[in-house]
Amino acid sequence: MTETGYFPATQGATEAPAPRRRLLDQDWPKLLRAGAILAVGQVFIALSGMPVTFDRRLLIDPILSLGYLSLLWLPLVVSYWVGREQVLEGMTAYAKGGRDVLAGAMTALLGNAGLALLVVGITHFDIRDPLVNWSPQLLGILEFEESVWLGALIWPAIGAGTGALGGGLHWASSRISRTTVIVLLSVFGAAVLESVITDLTQGFHIEAVSEWLYGPKRGLTYPAAIVVAVAVVGVMTGLAAYRASPARDERAARGEGAATSGGSDTTRPAWRRMPTRRLVNLVLTVAAIVVLPLFLGRLTNELLANVGLFILLALGLNIIVGLAGILDLGYVAFFAVGGYSVAVLTSPGSPRFDPEIPWFGALFVAMLLAGLAGLFIGAPVIRMRGDYLAIVTLGFGEIIRVLLLSDWLSGTFNGAQGITNIPGVEVFGLATVRGFEPRSVLYLVLVFCAIAVYVSWRLENSRIGRAWMAIREDESVAEAMGVDTVSAKLMAFVTGAVLGSFSGAILSAKVGSVFPHSFAIIVSIVILVVVIFGGMGNIPGVIAGAVVLIGILGGPNQPGLLQEFAEYKILIYGALLVWMMIQRSEGLIPSVRRARELHIDEMNQDAWLRAQAAADDAHNGGGNRGGGRP
Amino acid sequence: MSSDTPDMKTSAPAAEQEASAHAEPVLELRAVNTHYGAVHILKDVDLAIYSGELVCLLGGNASGKSTTLRTILGMVKPTTGDVVLNGQVVTNQSTRERVALGVTMVPENRRLFKRLTVGENLEMGAFLRSDADGTAADREWVFELFPRVKERLNQKAGTLSGGEQQMVAIGRALMARPQILLMDEPSMGLAPALVQQNFALIQQIHSAGVTIFMVEQNANMALSIADRGWVLQTGRVVLSDSADNLLAHPDLQASYLGTAEDERG
Repeated sequence: MTETGYFPATQGATEAPAPRRRLLDQDWPKLLRAGAILAVGQVFIALSGMPVTFDRRLLIDPILSLGYLSLLWLPLVVSYWVGREQVLEGMTAYAKGGRDVLAGAMTALLGNAGLALLVVGITHFDIRDPLVNWSPQLLGILEFEESVWLGALIWPAIGAGTGALGGGLHWASSRISRTTVIVLLSVFGAAVLESVITDLTQGFHIEAVSEWLYGPKRGLTYPAAIVVAVAVVGVMTGLAAYRASPARDERAARGEGAATSGGSDTTRPAWRRMPTRRLVNLVLTVAAIVVLPLFLGRLTNELLANVGLFILLALGLNIIVGLAGILDLGYVAFFAVGGYSVAVLTSPGSPRFDPEIPWFGALFVAMLLAGLAGLFIGAPVIRMRGDYLAIVTLGFGEIIRVLLLSDWLSGTFNGAQGITNIPGVEVFGLATVRGFEPRSVLYLVLVFCAIAVYVSWRLENSRIGRAWMAIREDESVAEAMGVDTVSAKLMAFVTGAVLGSFSGAILSAKVGSVFPHSFAIIVSIVILVVVIFGGMGNIPGVIAGAVVLIGILGGPNQPGLLQEFAEYKILIYGALLVWMMIQRSEGLIPSVRRARELHIDEMNQDAWLRAQAAADDAHNGGGNRGGGRP
Repeated sequence: MSSDTPDMKTSAPAAEQEASAHAEPVLELRAVNTHYGAVHILKDVDLAIYSGELVCLLGGNASGKSTTLRTILGMVKPTTGDVVLNGQVVTNQSTRERVALGVTMVPENRRLFKRLTVGENLEMGAFLRSDADGTAADREWVFELFPRVKERLNQKAGTLSGGEQQMVAIGRALMARPQILLMDEPSMGLAPALVQQNFALIQQIHSAGVTIFMVEQNANMALSIADRGWVLQTGRVVLSDSADNLLAHPDLQASYLGTAEDERG
């Protein structure tokens, strides 16, 4: 696969065949560097204990466990990365071939030599004192329960193999390499999503499928893995054939017609201004979301309810960080206010405030209190900027937790014992939402998510939304344009706080108890990672971020799909954040605005600049520019 | 916009008010003193700007030029003295209220909202206006003045070239339909060729009927297009005269312009 950057014209498929390079004509320093990085990475993964912890979980029944996979994926990624070359205009695009396979193989061989050294190291030295995982168990996995020398020899060999595959992905046509990657990911997904798939098949009464797919140790069985792979290849080939067929063009043409029929008549209400096709999609999505929980089992509903709680939190924080540009590291405070307000007001177990009031009444009080908390926290911090502001919000987030924990207020909040016995939600005598009925909780969460999405969407496109974005871009100029920056920023805090309190209020009713340690600083950080990962200032992105991160890894106190990862959750959150900041600062789903900013416009602008420069040169004849002014 | 201002322009491109009698200044500073903490920045500054004028305030670094603008906009409060807009004392009013009364600034170095589109930048200029028709008319007027802005309407402001950004910055300010336009160092941070282009833009909008108060270090450049000017030295107005007289003034040439000329080659 050739990285062509923004200039697809250099693909050169129809021109003369691209020149080849000799097998040993390698970029040696780059290979060495990548190999060294890989070695450090592999040793780090091994010593972090992942192989040992994950070894219990089988992915493909007799042959592959999650533990071994944790040592296999990095060589593949790094060897693929080594073979990437950006071909810009004016550069020679070399043909891919055996040289790339060799490059990948050598990089990964070098990297896994690090593991071989580790095997030898563990047998000869004992530094288990600082490094807890420098253990016989790790050694056992690294030497395949055989001998040291087998381990020391086989890891570089495995590296060479995976590396050759990684490098070979460049050689293969883009279709084949894409199919390979998707097949690998699907098999991995099918294996890892075992619990959800089992849950789904139970919902649809086709348990036989999941019984056939998964073996006794929860991994895909050998034949099932092959069937999944073949099925994916089949679907992809079918899709490709469909894309190439003329029928699709007709459909697309009709779709275009529908899309433009919406028009931009500003007198109609906002939802009517949407293009028809988008409206249809929206209705279908909403219908699917409403119906789906009926077919899901407890586990999946529970999982989705947790995801929903974090969607609420992330949408709230998105208003503060994404729209108004205020880096709030203490957002958990509002989550806590919501949770504890409902707990104190509804639970018979709370030390003060009897008689208890119903959940909806408590929610109203929680919103008010969270709004007030937003004002109290916001008022002193909005006059600060940047780092100082972030540090102060960090402090406020902790203050709330410490107050909840304190002896001073234990008469109300019960200190470290927390408040238990919180009743469920009575929905106007129609239904009761309780934690042990995850489906009802999910519906409650969905209603509030819908409210939050609508509110965020309307705010983003409103006057105050524009004011927030202007403040995010340049606060003092926004002020000079007549924006009341103080009240706009307070408004962002209050709105974000109220959305966060929804989440806390539902959490109380769902779990039935609240404790100060449920509202630790890590919650703030996870929410922030969700927002950044999804794409700041972008509603679909934030939702996708919550689904992916909370759904798969789990929240700070909530299990995700990969329960094995629980110990490594925070490590992965941190690594993801670093990677996002370096590689994809615009987020998982960049907002249209940001994508445009980061890519297409650069291209347009570059093209325009080049034309300008050419014109200037022609005009000035290369003479001195702009001189000779009186 | 307030409705009690005496001679509010009905249509922005109204150039015919150029010579309207010097009845009452659009903007007036009356014996203004401004402090930052204990530091005395502005010392008894008196300024008066009349409708249709293009005037400039000259001064070197740290002479108090930017503080003057901040005082006018209400971002700092004067210790003593008054800021008067169209006869109304606004000393105790907020920036927001002053912007609503018709004073707008083009900040130094353009300072566009870089990640918003050009169109959204223009909208922000009209943030306090609620008259959709008038806003749309002014938008068309800005496009008429700067056709290139219209071409780049959906582009991120941060991706424009320096000259285009300057047009958007001026356009954004014009969207407020200001009674008086404040310009903070329009020559700052621009290549020499662009400085000239920029001053041409200023002349252009001035001849379209906009009253302009410009704060500038580049005295030669500013005085070549201004009607009148003041020279500020360490917070005190030391000279006040017509542009031609100022250019010919020996003190100015000897001290201030001399050094400016050296610095700028």
